[in-house]
Amino acid sequence: MNTEITGIIPVFGLSILAAIPFGRFIARTFLGMKTFLDPVFKPIENLIFKISGIDPDCEMNWKQYLKAMLGVNLLWFVLCFFVLLTQGSLPLNPDANPSMTPDLAFNTAISFVVNCDLQHYSGESGLSYLGQLMLMFLQFVSAATGIASAIMVFRAMKDKTTDKLGNFFSNLVKSCTRILLPVSLIVALVLAFQGTPMTFEGKDKIITLQGDEVEVSRGPAAAFVAIKHLGTNGGGFFGANSAHPLENPNYFTNAVELWTQLLIPFAMIFALGFYLNRKKLAYVIFGVMTVGFLLLVIPTVVSEMGGNPAIEKMGIAQAGAMEGKEVRFGAPMTAFWSIATTVISTGSVNGMHDSTMAMSGNMQLLAMMVNCFYGGCGVGFLNFYIFIILAVFISGLMVGRTPEFLGKKIEAREVKIAAFIAILHPLLILSGTALAAYCAAGDYEMGWWFSGKATGWLNNPGSHGFSEMLYEYTSSAANNGSGFEGLGDNNPFWNITTGVVLLLARFIPIIGPMAIAGLLASKKFIPESAGTLKTDTTIFGVMTFAVIAIIAALSFFPALALGPLAEYFG
Amino acid sequence: MKNLFIQFRLTIILLVLFCGIYPLAVYAIAQFAPNHGKGETVSVDGKVVGYRRIGQRFNAFNYFWGRPSAVDYNAAGSAGSNKGPSNVEYLQQVQKRIDTFLIAHPYLKKSQVPSDMVTASGSGLDPDISAEAALVQVKRVAGARKLDESKVRQLVESKIYRPVIGTVTVNVLELNLALDELK
Repeated sequence: MNTEITGIIPVFGLSILAAIPFGRFIARTFLGMKTFLDPVFKPIENLIFKISGIDPDCEMNWKQYLKAMLGVNLLWFVLCFFVLLTQGSLPLNPDANPSMTPDLAFNTAISFVVNCDLQHYSGESGLSYLGQLMLMFLQFVSAATGIASAIMVFRAMKDKTTDKLGNFFSNLVKSCTRILLPVSLIVALVLAFQGTPMTFEGKDKIITLQGDEVEVSRGPAAAFVAIKHLGTNGGGFFGANSAHPLENPNYFTNAVELWTQLLIPFAMIFALGFYLNRKKLAYVIFGVMTVGFLLLVIPTVVSEMGGNPAIEKMGIAQAGAMEGKEVRFGAPMTAFWSIATTVISTGSVNGMHDSTMAMSGNMQLLAMMVNCFYGGCGVGFLNFYIFIILAVFISGLMVGRTPEFLGKKIEAREVKIAAFIAILHPLLILSGTALAAYCAAGDYEMGWWFSGKATGWLNNPGSHGFSEMLYEYTSSAANNGSGFEGLGDNNPFWNITTGVVLLLARFIPIIGPMAIAGLLASKKFIPESAGTLKTDTTIFGVMTFAVIAIIAALSFFPALALGPLAEYFG
Repeated sequence: MKNLFIQFRLTIILLVLFCGIYPLAVYAIAQFAPNHGKGETVSVDGKVVGYRRIGQRFNAFNYFWGRPSAVDYNAAGSAGSNKGPSNVEYLQQVQKRIDTFLIAHPYLKKSQVPSDMVTASGSGLDPDISAEAALVQVKRVAGARKLDESKVRQLVESKIYRPVIGTVTVNVLELNLALDELK
C-alpha cells in the first residue's frame, strides 16, 4: 500500500517540473521569440498559412478574434455532426457499427467541439474508425481553440493601450504544430510500445483458455489516447475509458497519461508569468490552485484507501474501495486521478466514479463546480481570470480604492460581465439538475424524450441517484466529460439538455474573459503607485481563494447536501 | 467572407494533418511495437488463446479466478457496474459473492477474503488480481489438479509482480498458462 502512495508524488512533482520549462516555451512561441524548434516548425506553419490564405501579421481586435474563433468552431461542429450521422455507410468501419441517431450525433459533436467529451455511447459499438478519427481531429482543434483564446487574454494583459490582440488563426495553428502535435506524437508512441493498440483492423475473435468464445475490440487507440489527455479532452477510445487495459495497459502508462493531462494546464499558468514578465503573479495563481487541488485530493485519497464502510462490516479483508477500480492502479492512484481529471477538465477516468465513496464523489463534484483550479487546456486560466476580476473589485471596495488590475481600471461593465460568468455556471448546473430531478421525483412518463418513466435512467436509488443527475450536468457545465456512468444518458432528454448546457458553458465563459480583456486593453494605462492594490501577493491570493470558495460554497452547498453529503451521513 | 474561405481551407489542411499524417505516422512506427500494434497476444501451440492485457473469465476449479466483471469478460465492450457504495441491492450482491467464494474455499476465514475478488473492476476486463487473491486460491487449485500445494504456491510467488513503485499484481491469464505447463 505504501508503494502505491509514493507513486503519486513523482507524478505530481514531475508534472510541475516539466511544466515550468514548457510554459517558458509556450510564452516564447506566442511572443514570437526564437525557440530551438523554429527550423522544424517555421516551414510547416508557413505552408499552412500559405495554403489557407492566413496573414499571421494581420492583427485582430477582440471582436474580430472572437468572430474568427466562433466561426471556425461552427464549421467543425457541422462537419462532425454529418460524419457521425452517416458513419455507418462511410469507409473505415470494419466492425460495421451503425450511424448515430440525430440527438446522439448532436450531443457527441458538440461535446467534442467544446473540449468536453461527454460520451453517451461506447466507442467499441458506437463509432466507426472514421468517426474516431473525426473526434480525434476535434480533440486537437478544440484544445488549440482554448490555448489561442487564453493567448489573446495574455496579450491584452501585456500591452499598455491597444486594440491589436494578435491573429486567431496564427495562434491556433501554432498551438497545433508546436504544442499539441509533437507532444501527442511522443506520447502516442510510448503508449503503442507499452501495449495500446494502433491498428485499423476490426474486432478479433478468440477462444479463451477456458474455452469461451469472445471478441476483442481494437483500433487506432494509441494516437487517440495521447491527444485525449494532452488536450484535456478525456473522451475514451473504448467505453471504459482509461480503465480499459488496452487504453491504459499498466502503472507506467497511467503515470504517463496523468503527466500528459496535467502538462498544459500547469504550463499555461507559468506561461502567463513568462509572457507578462510577472513570474510572481504566476506563482501566486499557481499556489492558490495547488492549495485548492490538495484540499480536494487528500480527503479523496483517504476515503478511497479506507474502503467502503458497508463492505467493511461484512468482515472481509478490504484493501481500498475496489468496486469500479483496476488492480494495476490501486485505490490511491485511482483516487488521485479522479480529482486530477475533475479539477482540470479532462474527464477521462481510470476507475468508475459512480462507484467511488460518497466523500470522493463530493470532492469530484466540487472540483468541477469550482472549475478553475488549473482547469482545462487554456480555458482553465480564463475561468480563474473571472475570479481575479471579482477579487480585485471586492478588495477595491473593502479598502476604498478604485479597483485596478495590471494598470487598468476595473469598472462597472467589466464587473457585470464577470459576475454574469460567475453566476452562469451554477445556473446551468442547478437548473438542469432541477429539471431532471423534478421528472425523476414525479416518475413521469417521458414520451419521446425517454422510453419509459423518468426514474428508469437512474442506476442507483436514493441520494446517490440524485448525485448521478447532478454529476451529469456539472460535468457538462464544466466541460469535463466524466460521468457517474450508471446514468442512462443515451436518449433525447439527456442528449439534448446536456448538449445545450455544453454549448453555453463553453463559449460564454470564453467570450466573457475575452471581452473583459479586450475592454481593459483599450483603456488608459495607469502607472503603479503607492496606492495600487498589488495582485502578486499572498494576501491577494488568499482573497481570490476566498471569493472562489464563497461563490462555490454558497451556490452549490444545497445541491451537494442532497446528493453526496446525504449519502455520506446516511 | 474572407474569413469563411480561410476557415474552410484551414479546416481541410488540419484534417489532413490530424486525421491523415498524424495517425499514419503513429501507425507506421507502431509496426515495430509488440505484435505490430495489434495488441499483445498469448498463444498455446501456435493458437491465440488470449490478449495478454485483457482479462478472461475463469470459473473452473482447476484455474485461478479473476475478478467479477460487469461485461462477463467479453472484450467486444467494456464497463464497470457503476453501483453506488450504499446501494442495498449491490451490497447484497457483494455478500452473495463472499458466500460463494467461501463455499469454494472452505479452508478460508471470512476475514481472509480479498476485496478485489468480490468487487467488479472498472473495465470489466481487469487482467490482474492482488497477490493475496492469488495466494488464497492456491489450496483449491492444487486440490483440483492433485498437485503439491507448495509447488503451486511457488508458481504463484514467481508470478507476483512487485515493482519498486506501484501496485503488486498477478496476471491471471499468465498464471493459468504457467499452471497448465506445471507437471
